[in-house]
Amino acid sequence: MVSVNELQSMYENMVTARHYEERLQEEYLEGKQPAFDISAGPIPGELHLAAGHEASGAGVCQHLRDDDTVTAPHRPHHIAIAKGVDLKRMTAEIFGRETGLSKGKGGHMHLFDPEVNFACSGIIAEGCPPAVGAGLAAKKRNTDSVAVAFLGEGAIDQGAFLESLNMASVQNLPVVFVVEDNDWAISMPKHRITDVANGARRADGFDMPGERVDADDAVAVYEAARAAVGRARDRNGPSLLEVQVHRRMGHFMGDPEGYRPDEDKAAAERRDSIERLEADLRGHDVDDETIDDLRDRAHERVEEAIEWAKDQPEPEPADAYEDVFVNPASGVTDSEPSVAETGGDD
Amino acid sequence: MAQQEREPASDGRTDRSLTMSRAMVEAIAHEMREDDDVFYMGEDVADYGGIFDSTDGLLEEFGYERIMDVPISETAYIGAAVGAAQAGMRPIAELMFVDFFGVGMDQIYNQMAKNTYMSGGSVSVPMVLTAAVGGTYNDAAQHSQTLYGTFAHLPGMKVVVPSTAYDAKGLMHNAIRDDDPVVYLFHKRLMGIGWMPAPDGPKTGVPEDEYTIPFGSADVKREGADVTVVTLGLHVHRALEAAESLADDGIDVEVIDLRTLVPLDTETIADSVAKTGRLVVVDEDYRSFGVTGEIVASVVEAEGGLADLEAVERVAVPDVPIPYARPMENEVIPDADDVENAIRDVHASE
Repeated sequence: MVSVNELQSMYENMVTARHYEERLQEEYLEGKQPAFDISAGPIPGELHLAAGHEASGAGVCQHLRDDDTVTAPHRPHHIAIAKGVDLKRMTAEIFGRETGLSKGKGGHMHLFDPEVNFACSGIIAEGCPPAVGAGLAAKKRNTDSVAVAFLGEGAIDQGAFLESLNMASVQNLPVVFVVEDNDWAISMPKHRITDVANGARRADGFDMPGERVDADDAVAVYEAARAAVGRARDRNGPSLLEVQVHRRMGHFMGDPEGYRPDEDKAAAERRDSIERLEADLRGHDVDDETIDDLRDRAHERVEEAIEWAKDQPEPEPADAYEDVFVNPASGVTDSEPSVAETGGDD
Repeated sequence: MAQQEREPASDGRTDRSLTMSRAMVEAIAHEMREDDDVFYMGEDVADYGGIFDSTDGLLEEFGYERIMDVPISETAYIGAAVGAAQAGMRPIAELMFVDFFGVGMDQIYNQMAKNTYMSGGSVSVPMVLTAAVGGTYNDAAQHSQTLYGTFAHLPGMKVVVPSTAYDAKGLMHNAIRDDDPVVYLFHKRLMGIGWMPAPDGPKTGVPEDEYTIPFGSADVKREGADVTVVTLGLHVHRALEAAESLADDGIDVEVIDLRTLVPLDTETIADSVAKTGRLVVVDEDYRSFGVTGEIVASVVEAEGGLADLEAVERVAVPDVPIPYARPMENEVIPDADDVENAIRDVHASE
C-alpha cells in the first residue's frame, strides 16, 4: 500500500508541475501579444506543456532513485520535476540563460541533468533506444538501477519504440516503457493512427507484461509503476505501461486546436488527477492545513525558480562555438576573403 | 529527363499576391484535380492543414482519402509513397520538419533515390517529398536545420528550394509532374504563417493559371556588375536586403537564386562571375562539405572560371548544431549584415 508520505510527495510534485506549466504559459505568451509571433517574448521557440499529464511523471518517478535513468520526450517538464531535475537550472535553460542546464544551447525540448540521469529529446520515440542502453549498462555492470523511457501515444508507431521493446525483451533488460496517452498526436486523434486502443497490448508481441492505467487515479499509476519498476529492479525484464492522461493545453503554445471538439477539451479539464489525489490525501486523514502547506511550498518553489532564471545572464554569442569536438571557424564567414594571387582579367 | 518551361496561359494576371504557402497549395490542388493518382500523406496534414500551412484547405476539397493523416511512422509512410509511386501513382509525402529525416532515411536515400538507377532505369519513382526547413525562431538543434546540402549530396534526388510564391507554385507543378523523386524544401520563415511573420519578398504576384518552372534554372533576382551573390531560400531575401543597402555606397550586387540544387545551374553562376569576378556564396546550411563549397568548386571548374575569380567568400552556418538561446542562434545563422560585410570584403580586396 502507498504510504501517506508517498502520497504527499506525489501531490507536491504534481502541484509543482501544474503550477510550473501555468506560469510558463504566462511567461511564454508575454511579448507575443497582440499577434502571436513564435520567436518573440522571453521564451522563444516551441513550448510543449504537460498540464494534465502530472500523475504519470509523479506516479512512476516515485519509485526511482537518482541513479535510475529517465528519458523523456518533447513534453518533459512534469517528468523532470518528478525525477528531481534542478528546477532553477531547468528554468534558466527554458529562458535561454547562461546558467541553464545546457548553458542555453538546448532549450525546453533538450534538457539534460546528468546528476539525476535525466535527458529528453525532441524527436518522437528517440528516447527509447538510449533507455535500453542505460538498462544494458546496468545489466553489464551488475547494478540494480533501472531505466524508464517516457513517450506519447503518437510515438508508439515508430520503429525506435518497437525495436526497443524487442531488444529490451530479448536481452532481459531492466527497462520500463511508459506511454502517456493523451488521445492526440498534435491534431490526429488516436483512432486515426492506430486500431489498437489499448496500447499496452503491444507488450504481448514482445512477451513482456503490459498494463494500462488511468492517470485520473495517481495511486493506480503508482501501483502499476511499482510492479513494473520492481520487475526491472529484480532483473525480471522490461514492462510496458500505458497511462491515460489528459491534454489540458494545446500540443504547443499557440496551437489553435481548431481540430479539437470543445467537449473533448472540457472533458480533459473535468478529469483532474490533482483534485482526486487531494481527496485521497483527505481520506488518509491529511488535514486541509497540511494540503495548503504542500501547495504553497510547491508554488513558492516555482516562483523562486522563474524569478531566479529571469535574473540570469544570457549567453554570449561566441558561446555557440564551445562544447564542440573540433573548433569551428568562428563566425558565419571566414575572417578574410580568399583572393586570387594573380588577380583576374579586368 | 528533358524539361520544358511552360509560361502561364494568360500573362499579366499577376496583380494577385499570394503567400508562399498559398501558392504551393494552389499548385497541389490543381494537380490533384487533374490527376486522381496524386495524393498527399503526412502528419497533421488533414484537419490541421499542415503545421506550416502546406496543405491548408485541401482536406475540404479532397477529403481524408487523398489528404491523408498518417501514423508517426516516417519509414512506413515515406516508404509507402515510394511503393505507390512505383505502382504508378504520384504521391506527395510530407516530413513535418526536415530534421526528422533520420527516422525515415533509408526509404529516402536507399530506396526512393536509388531504385531507378539500381533497376537500370526500368523503375520510376514519381513522388515528391516535402519538408519544412530552417531556423530563425529559436527552435534549437533538432528543429532548425536546412540540410538541403545533404539531400543534394546523395545521388538520386532532385532538390528544390523555393524563395518566393511565384517560384514555389511553378516549381511545385513541375515537381508533381516529374517522373523522378523530388525533394521539395520550403523555408518556414517564408511561408507567410500568421505566427511566424515572413520578411518582405516571398509574397509575390502569382498567376491563377498553371505554369512550370524547369529545374536547373537559377533566377537572377537582382542584376549587378560588381559582386555575384549566389544563394537560395530565406537567404535570397537577406542577400537582396544587403544588396539594396550596398547600392547606396555604389556597390552593384547581382543576386542569383539557385531555386534547385539538383540539377544545379552552373552556367548562370559562371556567367555572372565572368562579369563580376567576385563571388559570395550564402547558405543557411552547415559550411563544411556543403552547398557553399560546391558552388565555389563549380565556378573554379568551369572553363575560364579560375581566371575569372578574383575574390570569393562563403557565408554559412559554422559547423555547430543550431543553439537555442537567441544570442547564439543569431550568431550562427547569417543575417543581412553578415552578407553585406562579406560583399564589402570581396569588393574591397585587391
